[in-house]
Amino acid sequence: MASDLPICLSKVSVHVKHHVLLHGINLDLTSGPPTVLVGPNGSGKTTLLRVAMGLLTPTNGHVTWNGQEIAKPVGRAFMFQRPVMLRRTVHANICYALGAAGVPRPKRDGLASELLASVGLEGLADRPARHLSGGERQRLSLARALAKDPTVLFLDEPTASLDPAATQSIEQLLLAASERGVKVVMSTHDLHEARRLAGDVVLLHRGTIIEAAPASKFFTEPSTELARRFLAGDLLL
Amino acid sequence: MPDSTSALHLVLTADPSLVAIVKLSLAVSLTAVMVAAVIGLPLGALIALTRFRGREFVIVVLNALMGLPPVVVGLIVYLALSRTGPLGSWGWLFTAKAMVIAQALLVIPILAALTRQTIEDLWVEYRDEFAAMNVGPLARIRALLWDARFSLTTALLAGFGRAAAEVGAIIIVGGNIEGFTRTMTTAIALETSKGNLPLALGLGIVLIAILIIVSAAAWFARRAGERLAG
Amino acid sequence: MHVFNPLIRLGCALAVATLLATATGCGADQDRSIVVASTTSTQDSGFFDYLLPLVKERTGITVKVVAQGTGQALDTGRRGDADVVFVHAKAAELAFVAEGQSTKRYPVMYNDFVLVGPADDPAHIAGQRNVLQAFRAIQEHEATFISRGDRSGTNIAELALWLNAGVDIEQKKGSWYKSIGQGMGPALNTASASDAYTLSDRATWIHFANKGPLRILVQGDTRLFNQYGVMLVNPEEHPNVKKELGQAVIDYLVSPSGQIDIAGYRIDGQQLFFPNANDPNA
Repeated sequence: MASDLPICLSKVSVHVKHHVLLHGINLDLTSGPPTVLVGPNGSGKTTLLRVAMGLLTPTNGHVTWNGQEIAKPVGRAFMFQRPVMLRRTVHANICYALGAAGVPRPKRDGLASELLASVGLEGLADRPARHLSGGERQRLSLARALAKDPTVLFLDEPTASLDPAATQSIEQLLLAASERGVKVVMSTHDLHEARRLAGDVVLLHRGTIIEAAPASKFFTEPSTELARRFLAGDLLL
Repeated sequence: MPDSTSALHLVLTADPSLVAIVKLSLAVSLTAVMVAAVIGLPLGALIALTRFRGREFVIVVLNALMGLPPVVVGLIVYLALSRTGPLGSWGWLFTAKAMVIAQALLVIPILAALTRQTIEDLWVEYRDEFAAMNVGPLARIRALLWDARFSLTTALLAGFGRAAAEVGAIIIVGGNIEGFTRTMTTAIALETSKGNLPLALGLGIVLIAILIIVSAAAWFARRAGERLAG
Repeated sequence: MHVFNPLIRLGCALAVATLLATATGCGADQDRSIVVASTTSTQDSGFFDYLLPLVKERTGITVKVVAQGTGQALDTGRRGDADVVFVHAKAAELAFVAEGQSTKRYPVMYNDFVLVGPADDPAHIAGQRNVLQAFRAIQEHEATFISRGDRSGTNIAELALWLNAGVDIEQKKGSWYKSIGQGMGPALNTASASDAYTLSDRATWIHFANKGPLRILVQGDTRLFNQYGVMLVNPEEHPNVKKELGQAVIDYLVSPSGQIDIAGYRIDGQQLFFPNANDPNA
């Protein structure tokens, strides 16, 4: 399928009732290693992800997907921080996502089982999805996102409330997907995770991009004062 | 129905006229709820999910119609189905079909209004996921209605209760004809007007017992459903 | 919904099919049946419970009775929603024929009215032979009186009695005269509960199970006779009327065997309806 990349945000700002969530955002997301958004809470990471996904229309500025101003999210997927489980079994949740992605009915069962196996949930296929633990829900949500066979995968704090084992399994899945050619765009408040996964790092503070650089450069030679303080562990106010 | 026996005796001996009345009552009310569900549930979901001019006004009217007076509905259906009315050629007046229509009309606003509220609340949660999964409008309605099925079961029970308790509309459009359009409620009204108060009261208790059975059946269905699919 | 296994699905489908069949009233009786608009007092007396099986036996026709007040029953006939009208208000029936809504009125039977009231009888009318005197006494004492107020045959008879007693009821009615707009049963219930007088047909009275303090106080005056007539709704006005079946039922009612059957209805050994189809003045 045609790719949605590159995703170009140009002079994007988002205002909600006098509250400025984002301003002056210029960012290009191109194929390659994962792009990781970092920054304190409230810096606009979630908003930026949603704009890039197309869930939120910016108040000013443009977003284009492979040059298109409007593009249905056929080739992009989003994993929410608190995913909603459909009130049916784990297996049925994946089948639903496959159906929404246009997979013909006869193929759904087989693909669903494969996806569940890839996230390690094959033993829970018949469990009601609402009975899953936090980590299991995240994995199911990731499987749902992957069901679309996306070219771009957005994830909003995918490991925020997970234990180390679950975190590791998610991170490994993301790296594997990235190696297959999926563009991973995610936010995290864990700098170590950013180090493990990035690609490119984008530091946000108070709704604007402070610095965007490849990981190798960002972590060793940050070019802005704020980035330096952030990496040193200061609270950015 | 024999006059001088008690309702308990009729129940214990499975008196055929009592059985016929109970069967008809259940058939009419359950069919009415099914018809009302086919119309009311998608209607409520549609109103919940679409934005249009006058939407708030529609919601206000819909909520108000939950209290639609049964005798008024009965009169309107009667005039519509009468031979001199627009639908007279159907010949449905004084039959069970007319009773189903009248009760369905009373139940539709209840189902639509309660569905609208339930779906709207659920939509707040599901909106982003559906947008991200690129789910089309019809698929959204189906998925939300299915996911809301436990709350909607309560709404369906409310609708059934309204239908089963109703007497004003169905006595007008059904005619309370013995063996054809006499239900529990119309039989109770008749026995009351004949002065057979103990029998009427007994029938009333039988009716309440039936309502409890239906409610219990719905409860068990829900429990089973929850165990299967959460 | 794929969690439902096929058996449950089949069961649901069968249940739905049964429901719909019952609710839509599929049955062989639909063809040889007629709708008769009659009155609630006749129904409340139990007369139809007795007679309809006999009609079925003798003619093979299923009679479906819709019981309303006399005025409403005639209107139902006017709208063509019934095939036959069977009420007890001669003047209104003759008007029905005059309008062309029916071609012929057949007298069938009569029962009588009784004036019932509380045992302690505040208007002192017990045993009075002249019902008009009794009515005058009730009005003069302003004793509580329940009127059906529903354009029924009974109501029409009651108003005629006030008129013939020389009481302008519209003028003289006060809080003692309660017009409830309902059938005979509710009227008797109300009278029983409020120690009041009311005019009732004998059949409903005997059959009525909630008499309380009420007793028959005046009866037997010929002015209390209540004549029943039956009419086929005019098929030229309403083509849907089942005229052969309707006429067959009417013919049965006025036939010797029908008239014997009518006389056979008894409660506590008392005959309630007196056949008089052959009476030219009925």
